[in-house]
Amino acid sequence: MATPTLDKVEDAKPAEAPSPYIMVTFRIRRFNPEVSAEASWEDFPVEIDPKERVLDALHKIKWDVDGTLTFRRSCAHGICGSDAMRINGRNRLACKTLIKDINPEKPITVEPIKGLTVLKDLVVDMEPFFQAYRDVMPFLITKDTNEPTRERLQTAEDRERFDDTTKCILCAACTSSCPVFWNDGQYFGPAAIVNAHRFIFDSRDEAGEQRLEILNDKDGVWRCRTTFNCTDACPRGIEVTKAIQEVKRALITRRY
Amino acid sequence: MSTTEKTADSGIGPVEGAGALSYSVDNPAPVIDPPRKRTKKTPKSTRGNFEMAAWLFMRLSGIVLVVLVIGHLLIQLVLDGGVSKIGFAFVAGRWASPFWQTWDLLMLWLAMLHGANGLRTVINDYAERPNTRLWLKGLLYTATVFTVLLGTLVIFTFDPNIR
Repeated sequence: MATPTLDKVEDAKPAEAPSPYIMVTFRIRRFNPEVSAEASWEDFPVEIDPKERVLDALHKIKWDVDGTLTFRRSCAHGICGSDAMRINGRNRLACKTLIKDINPEKPITVEPIKGLTVLKDLVVDMEPFFQAYRDVMPFLITKDTNEPTRERLQTAEDRERFDDTTKCILCAACTSSCPVFWNDGQYFGPAAIVNAHRFIFDSRDEAGEQRLEILNDKDGVWRCRTTFNCTDACPRGIEVTKAIQEVKRALITRRY
Repeated sequence: MSTTEKTADSGIGPVEGAGALSYSVDNPAPVIDPPRKRTKKTPKSTRGNFEMAAWLFMRLSGIVLVVLVIGHLLIQLVLDGGVSKIGFAFVAGRWASPFWQTWDLLMLWLAMLHGANGLRTVINDYAERPNTRLWLKGLLYTATVFTVLLGTLVIFTFDPNIR
C-alpha cells in the first residue's frame, strides 16, 4: 500500500515475445541386441522450437541426452534418403517433418521402418531392399550402340513420360509402408518397381522388355493390391501406385 | 532434460526366469528377420504369365459376375413374388431352358474361380511358412474343384421327374 505505483511499472514494460520453445515428448522405439532381445519404448522430453524438424530433436537427444540413440542420416535435407522412419505411425523422412505439423501436444512416436530387420534402434538392414532394386537392373541398357560416342538425345515429351519416377531417393518409405511387403519380403516392393518404371518408359533404354519380364514374375507387379500406402508415404510426392499400374498396363498391352 | 525408463546400459540384460539371458557386445541378441526376406538367390522363380492371367481373370470375371449375380438375385429374390415363389417346380422350370442352364453354369464357374483366386492371393500374402501355404492352398483347391464339379454335374444331370 505504501508503494502503489510499483505494480504499474511492471505492466508498462513492453510485452516480451513468448518463447518459441515448447516441451515435446519423443517416444522412441529402442532396440539394442547387446543389451536385450526385446525392443522397448523410451520417452525423451525435449525442449524444442516446434518449427524445427524431428531430425533436430533426434540430434538434440543424441548429442545432449543419450549418445547411444542410433539412427541414420546423411545430408539432413531430404535428398540422401537415409532417415526414413515411422513417425506417429506414418513413414516419413525425419529431416522433412516439422514438429508443429505432427501434433506436438501428444508424445511423438518414432519407430524404425517396418518389414526390414531392425539392427539397432532406428537402423534397419536395407540389404533386401537394395537387392530388389538391383534385381530390376536400374541402369541404362542399349543393344547396339554401347560406345559412348555421342549424346543420347530425347524429346522433352519423351523425358516427361518418366519424369515422376526419376525423383526417387531410395529411402524405402514406400516399400516399408506396403502391407504385402511386410508379410512377404519376396515381393519386389514399390521402390524397385518405380526404378524399373524409370527405365522401362525411357525412350533411350532398350531393355524394357527384360525388365517387364522380371516384373511379370509371381513376386512382381501382380502382387500389388493398390492400397496406395506407398503413394501416401513417398516424401518426394511420386505417384508410386500409378507407376505400378502403368507397368501392369504395359505388361498387358505388350501381350494382347 | 532427463530421460525416463532408462535401461541400464552396463551390458546386463533383463534377468528373466531361470534362463537368465544376458547379452553383451560379444553375445548380442538375435535380430528378428521379417518373413521371407529377399536374398541374392531370390529372382529365380517365374511362372510364365500365370500371375498376369490370374490378375486379368479377376477383373474380367468380376465385370461379368456383376451382371450375372445381380440378375440372379433380382429373379430369385425380388421380381414376381420374391423368395416365396422358389420351389422345386420353379428350379425345374428354369433349368428346362438351355439359357438358364448356361447362365447358372457360367455363374458357378466364374464365381468359384474368382473366389478361389482371391483366396489364393490372400494365402500368398499372409501365410508365412511354406507348409501353411501348401496346406491352405491344397484345402482351397480341393474345395473349389469339388464344388465346381458337383455343381456342373447337377446342372447337366438334373431330372425334373425325380421322386
